[in-house]
Amino acid sequence: MKTPVIKADHLDLVFQTNDGPVHALSDVSLGIGKGEFVSFIGPSGCGKTTFLRCVAALEHPTGGSLTVNGMTPDAARQARSYGYVFQAAGLYPWRTIAGNIRLPLEIMGFPKAEQEERVARVLDLVDLKGFGRKYPWQLSGGMQQRASIARALAFDADILLMDEPFGALDEIVRDHLNEQLLALWARTGKTCLFVTHSIPEAVYLSTRIVVMSPRPGRITDVIDSPLPRDRPLDIRDTAAFLEIAHRVREGLRAGHAYDD
Amino acid sequence: MRSLLPVLTVVMAILALWYGAAVMLNRQWTLDQATRAGQDLTLAQIVADTMAQDRPKLPAPHQVGAELWNTTGAMVLEGRALSKRSLIWHGWVTLSATLLGFAIGTGAGILLAIGILHNRAMDMSVMPWAIASQTIPILAIAPMIIVVLNSVGVSGLVPKAIISAYLSFFPVVVGMVAGFRSPDRMQLDLMNTWSASPAQVFWKLRWPASMPYLFTSLKVAMAASLVGAIVGELPTGAVRGLGARLLAGSYYGQTVQIWAALFAAAILAASLVGLIGLVQRITLKRMGMAR
Repeated sequence: MKTPVIKADHLDLVFQTNDGPVHALSDVSLGIGKGEFVSFIGPSGCGKTTFLRCVAALEHPTGGSLTVNGMTPDAARQARSYGYVFQAAGLYPWRTIAGNIRLPLEIMGFPKAEQEERVARVLDLVDLKGFGRKYPWQLSGGMQQRASIARALAFDADILLMDEPFGALDEIVRDHLNEQLLALWARTGKTCLFVTHSIPEAVYLSTRIVVMSPRPGRITDVIDSPLPRDRPLDIRDTAAFLEIAHRVREGLRAGHAYDD
Repeated sequence: MRSLLPVLTVVMAILALWYGAAVMLNRQWTLDQATRAGQDLTLAQIVADTMAQDRPKLPAPHQVGAELWNTTGAMVLEGRALSKRSLIWHGWVTLSATLLGFAIGTGAGILLAIGILHNRAMDMSVMPWAIASQTIPILAIAPMIIVVLNSVGVSGLVPKAIISAYLSFFPVVVGMVAGFRSPDRMQLDLMNTWSASPAQVFWKLRWPASMPYLFTSLKVAMAASLVGAIVGELPTGAVRGLGARLLAGSYYGQTVQIWAALFAAAILAASLVGLIGLVQRITLKRMGMAR
């Protein structure tokens, strides 16, 4: 493998709650290379979101080590290493689409002219050209989520962290966005970490799928996808696709065996 | 226009009730006068008299309307708009204290809310005091504020404004704390991933997010300010302001004058709150938050 962009080594995270300690992450070791598209899949509480939040320095591991671009997560944040896309678009209702995308640029202190140029470029990248002056409520849910991806891309981070970005959208919109996301990934060569509940989504998008299971949150299987990088939507009916999906499902089931 | 009919219906119903009540309450005096003079009155005469008394228990609407006109519009026509008998002059006295108090109260309320937001000690300690301050009857504390300030040489507008501010800061604190805390965890996390400074989080997220809360608070605060200014005028010996008109009216049994002052205060409050509503609409529209 190439030098890892993200490297987790025996990562542990224990939350102290009123009901006692909760092992959100236990002994998670993973290396992610530049330009990979890695999906994290598993039931609620398996730590997939927590892992992403650790990478983004929104949570701090209680054990093990984690580096992002060779730095601590906090330093990586300062170096604008990643853009984060949440489940909800989280656009500010009082800002236009362009204004929302400009927000991180304003905060990071980009010059005015460059801000405009970058906003125009990422709007084009997510196919929202001409919608810059609209307000969020004038756009559909799928378009809002695309705008939030544009916002994460605006400051040229080379890592894209996505936490169930399409989870709240209907399946047809989701398919369309998945296709667009792959195209975007192919064009930009970003390293993508993608949290999802959906097996087809994970298999369709990823070069690697990380299957996780809860209590304690841990990795149960890591599957390298043999699918080619160029993936039309109907690749989901091929034998190779179904075989990976099957293996993911088996991995999830094995993780669940502890439960009942 | 569609709302005109229901509104008019309600107004008519209130006027009808009011006239009915005026007849009921003022009848006794009319009958007593008639008995004393040894007259017998028809029903029509009784009703007519109950609406034309100098000092009725309850003045009829048209008496209040006439008094309002005589002390405002008519005086403007005579060129005496700012005479000491004019409600416009008294209204202005009250309005200036209201506005100054509103400005102080709003400013203090917003500053306290910012303190509560950013300082844990203030978060724990300020709110109980703020609530306690509002449980003290303003009528009890107003004379003391005026006496204390007067003894240090501050009189006139400022003591009234401080009583106004005392009443109006509270809704602003409560509203703005809620407003500043209205952004959800995700929006704050997003700000975090961009390494935003606390000042940036405040000005780019919390402040704009609190705007709808601000205007709602301001409307309540404005009404409270006016009440504070009027109450602040009562202990000063009924010299100037709408509160003074109320007090003077009650000293001399001038019920018509009392009701006219009450209505002037109500009209003033409605206009001020309406004005804030207008600013609210314009602001939210320019922010793209009105649909």
